[in-house]
Amino acid sequence: MTDSRYVSIEGIARRYTAAGGRTTTVFEDLWFSMNKGDFACIIGHSGCGKTTVLNILAGLDAPDTGAAIMDGQAIAGPSLERAVIFQGHALLPWRTVLGNVTYAVSSRHRRWSAQKVRDHAMRFIELVGLKGAENKRPSELSGGMKQRVGIARALSIEPKMLLMDEPFSALDALTRGTLQDEVRRICLETGQTVFMITHDVDEAIYLADRIVLMTNGPQAVVAEIVDNPLPRDRRRLDIHKQPDFYAVRNHLIDFLVERSKTFKSALPPGYDHRHPPVVRPTTGLSTPPDGDMRAA
Amino acid sequence: MATSLNLRAALVSFLLLAAFLLVWQGATAGFGGTSGGLPAGMDPEYAKLMGLTATTGKSAMPSPLDVGGALMKMLSDPFYDKGPNDKGIGIQLAYSLGRVLLGYAIAVLVAVPLGFLIGMSALMSRALDPFIQVLKPISPLAWMPLALYTIKDSGISAIFVIFICSVWPMLLNTAFGVASVRKEWLNVARTLEVGPLKRAFTVILPAAAPTILTGMRISIGIAWLVIVAAEMLVGGTGIGYFVWNEWNNLSITNVIIAILIIGVTGMVLDQILAAVARLVTFPE
Repeated sequence: MTDSRYVSIEGIARRYTAAGGRTTTVFEDLWFSMNKGDFACIIGHSGCGKTTVLNILAGLDAPDTGAAIMDGQAIAGPSLERAVIFQGHALLPWRTVLGNVTYAVSSRHRRWSAQKVRDHAMRFIELVGLKGAENKRPSELSGGMKQRVGIARALSIEPKMLLMDEPFSALDALTRGTLQDEVRRICLETGQTVFMITHDVDEAIYLADRIVLMTNGPQAVVAEIVDNPLPRDRRRLDIHKQPDFYAVRNHLIDFLVERSKTFKSALPPGYDHRHPPVVRPTTGLSTPPDGDMRAA
Repeated sequence: MATSLNLRAALVSFLLLAAFLLVWQGATAGFGGTSGGLPAGMDPEYAKLMGLTATTGKSAMPSPLDVGGALMKMLSDPFYDKGPNDKGIGIQLAYSLGRVLLGYAIAVLVAVPLGFLIGMSALMSRALDPFIQVLKPISPLAWMPLALYTIKDSGISAIFVIFICSVWPMLLNTAFGVASVRKEWLNVARTLEVGPLKRAFTVILPAAAPTILTGMRISIGIAWLVIVAAEMLVGGTGIGYFVWNEWNNLSITNVIIAILIIGVTGMVLDQILAAVARLVTFPE
């Protein structure tokens, strides 16, 4: 175990009791970790428990067994250290853009003066490109602008980790692209540690350093962790011309289409829940999914 | 297009009103005999006995013009006070409004916090549910004898009756509004480590406000319905008492005026709360 693990999920399980007393195990014995400044995406089909994992990291949900640890401390409830960007933006409609962001800032810095809170909030509103719209209410904003407010609100508390639950899924393709660019720029500039749920393979390849693949639920497991082989300075415009782009893309799509269903029934030899295999799909040198185990 | 629709609707409303007044006028106008001469063939004894109704066909029902004239006269001096049975319409209305607003205000103070409790706690919700279900359908006037016996003051009893009838819609709507605040908004507050009290005021109250206002609007309507009946029972002052008193005076004109004033006042109360509801409702 190295100390570089900033966030680690250690053998968590989550079970629900259905009507009639039968329990459903969404996932169990789930392990993975993230380094500081990592941008991790989690991919898997609906029902595999991605959102539950995110909620556990956020402290909004608790695992039945196992623990989630961030920065050396077990996560035991929601905290200002971890900001969540919700799928449906979750802005408070009775507050203006500025009001939504100051609500977060004043919760983080309870002793700050109103002016200081306002200035701090305005800085993040400018960062997401909403200067001039700060006095509008959410109903007057487009979907993309609403999500920008959600991002500004999450970033304004300067969290140790940013959690995003399909933040761009409700947006049109053009807006989604712009927002992905900005989130990537901001996260690279600030060295933000990010955990994000997505359904979109291209989004994962563009944004993530590492992509966690989850098998279908119930009893989902982490099938493998894909190390993104693309260079850090990749750009949306020519990302598809990167030599390894299609290798990663095909690997992810293969997983979603085929292996997410079959993985559990035929676990590769040497599969260890604690150390899911790490793969780095590259062109030419095709890596078998169970090769290249990371020793940690 | 919207303005022209409004215009056309206003025109239709006006025509309906005009038609109604015309029929009313026609129905009460009589057959035009004078009070001096008797219609042909009528026994003078009979005519004496029956008064104007028989001689001129004039009904005791006032015509719209009579009502209009009397209304003008009343509104020109609404606040005179010539003893217990002769007060201006403004004073009577003020008494009723005072009772309604007092009983209603107490109901708000009880129903909103209690509704919050019920909405936030599944335990309290279930524990209080049987009481609410039994108490809610009771006609507020059924409380009157009990109130008169225990409180021993008819004025306060009327206020109590207003309180008891306006408390339920507000209580149930507040509880429902609080219980159905979007989970995402609560999660926002939780991830920001907002304390329970601050969360109640900054997230739950604004989110539930439109539903609470709906309950308040239903309640003020019921309260205004009930005050007229309650004042008929307790007597003394108020617009309800005025109606009953004028009925005993056989002044149908004044009864009609009172009905009109009750209707307009109820509408104004409802519109005030509708305006407040618009102020606290924000589309997403």
